[in-house]
Amino acid sequence: MIRTEEMILNVGPQHPSTHGVFRLVVKIDGEIITEATPVIGYLHRGTEKLAEDLQYTQIIPYTDRMDYLSSMTNNYVICHAVETMMGIEVPERADFLRVIAMELNRIASHLVAWGTYILDLGATSPFIYAFRDREMIINMLNELSGARLTFNYMRVGGVKWDAPEGWIEKVGSFVPYLRGQLKGYHDLVSGNEIFLDRVKGIGRYTKEEALQYSLSGPNLRSTGVKWDLRKDEPYSVYNRFEFDVPTSEEGDCLARYHLRLAEIEQSLNILEQAVEQFPAEGPILAKVPKIIKAPKGEAFVRIESPRGEIGCYIYSDGKKEPYRLKFRRPSFYNLQILPKLLKGENIANMIAILGAVDIVLGEVDG
Amino acid sequence: MIEELLQSSPGWANFGIFFLLGAVLLLIVLGFVTYGILAERKVLGYMQLRHGPNQVGGKWGLLQTVADVLKLLLKEDIIPKAADKPLFIIAPVIAFAPSFMVLATMPFTDAFQFADIGVGLLYYIAVSGLTTFGMLLGGWASNNKYALLGGMRASAQMISYEIPLVMSVLGVILLTGSLNLNDMVEAQKHGWFILLQPIGFIIFFIASIAELNRTPFDLPESENELVAGYHVEYTGFRWAFFMLAEYVYLFAMSALITVVFLGGWLAPFGFLDFIPGAVWFAVKFSVVVFVYIWLRATLPRFRADKLMEFGWKVLLPIALANIFLTALIKSLFF
Repeated sequence: MIRTEEMILNVGPQHPSTHGVFRLVVKIDGEIITEATPVIGYLHRGTEKLAEDLQYTQIIPYTDRMDYLSSMTNNYVICHAVETMMGIEVPERADFLRVIAMELNRIASHLVAWGTYILDLGATSPFIYAFRDREMIINMLNELSGARLTFNYMRVGGVKWDAPEGWIEKVGSFVPYLRGQLKGYHDLVSGNEIFLDRVKGIGRYTKEEALQYSLSGPNLRSTGVKWDLRKDEPYSVYNRFEFDVPTSEEGDCLARYHLRLAEIEQSLNILEQAVEQFPAEGPILAKVPKIIKAPKGEAFVRIESPRGEIGCYIYSDGKKEPYRLKFRRPSFYNLQILPKLLKGENIANMIAILGAVDIVLGEVDG
Repeated sequence: MIEELLQSSPGWANFGIFFLLGAVLLLIVLGFVTYGILAERKVLGYMQLRHGPNQVGGKWGLLQTVADVLKLLLKEDIIPKAADKPLFIIAPVIAFAPSFMVLATMPFTDAFQFADIGVGLLYYIAVSGLTTFGMLLGGWASNNKYALLGGMRASAQMISYEIPLVMSVLGVILLTGSLNLNDMVEAQKHGWFILLQPIGFIIFFIASIAELNRTPFDLPESENELVAGYHVEYTGFRWAFFMLAEYVYLFAMSALITVVFLGGWLAPFGFLDFIPGAVWFAVKFSVVVFVYIWLRATLPRFRADKLMEFGWKVLLPIALANIFLTALIKSLFF
């Protein structure tokens, strides 16, 4: 008598395609998933709790380690929150440096997302091409901040370092270079039949579901919701630039893949304009007190990180440390839809769907 | 020469000769595996903007594979507690032995062939099918869920792709009128079968990638889904045996494609006859190996169910149509 039964498969925390220490407990019937339970927390560092004993400037390096693929946006959100509370006006030059750094970082982050996604689907070369171009960005940010990944670049009221000589021109010449490379990326992968087979119509969800699950970033825009905080609630100097918010109606993995590449193009547009309008002179740090004390009260700010809306909530009782600090970490929210998407899919699709959600475990676990 | 030896009465002398020839072939194959792996890593490296091995054995990394094999020999041999021990031990052998067996019928040149049997092609396909057992057993005996999934995928894939593989060469067999590999090469004197049987060649090539478990058909050991597939629990030299089998099959399959579709040891044009057949064989063979590596650097992986669909719904009908077409043309025009 042949008897079949469901089997429990532990995917991760040590698995090549879980993008870090993510664990997924799936119940499978053959290769079909009947139930999926994400298990998180392997990279939990307690950033929010630690922050309660730290001065505001000291918190910034901790934010580097949340979404380690786009530390600049994390830096910005905490500085932005404190600046909002204290009513500090950031100098123009600092704002431009921040925007250039953030957009470069966004491109770097999306390049990693692109490369690793194709790697998850079994092609090894695009990953390395993406990393070559990312390396150039990382080197530029290294020249700017002195670090390759955990930049710790921004400060309350501005940025720590001014751009070195010739750096802005370097960014300017990088833009056309990457545009050419993007075309090559599309030629190599976007039209590939095997690739399309793997991602088209896979992991589909509707606009309503995306909103119910509080998705953001490309995960939300792939369903047709045109929502980008750089456009809808402009912060810093984003209102000075012309750029589009690419959306798609499909809501599947392919749409998310295309959106990330389209967002790289828009970031390049922003960079081009930012380099053009870059103020030649000016301070990079506003006049801020030596010891930063946020006034009594609370504030919540949110900005657009490569993965979605990253928010920062500060409750201060007037001391030099926050009383309570909370980050809205987009990867964590985006991850919540995963069990629903995985139900009824097979194992190969599981990898495709997980990759398209694009999580960073440092951020999921906080 | 070999033909005469086969006919002569058995004795120590011709046993010795055969033993020696066997050792020569073994060295050729192992030499290929050693430098085939190096070539693959180098080619992949250059295609991926890297250098590939460049430390062990000079800047070309000539001793890299040797060092790797030595390392594998020295590694601890782990057999999981929950594994089915006898099966676990025998599985790599089952996977690996047929890969050498298939080489016996391969005509490398008109003089260098071990067994000129009448059903050479059939022998190759039948024996190479045995390897599937090794993979399935290895996956099953490991008592690991990933390995089991990999083993199941391996058997499903290799069985489904063996059929289009056989069907696609039927056209060649129709044109040759023989299953003998030597006859096939002889029949290509006036035109290679890659030109006469283009559809058959394409199907054969695709199916052969699936048989070899290489990208884009490397589902049984797909790293990103099943970690390593059927050999996830294997370490050291048992693992090396699976890998060895894979690369010997790469050797054998490239040789088979050279023989069946690319004219074996024949020169492409009559006036190039002065170059020895062994050189022509090596050149064509290397081109086939290079294409396999090239595909690996370029393509993503198929999905398991699409793979089955592709095998049964696309390749098989086209292969059947190809047979029909070939038969029709042959009966009308020849």
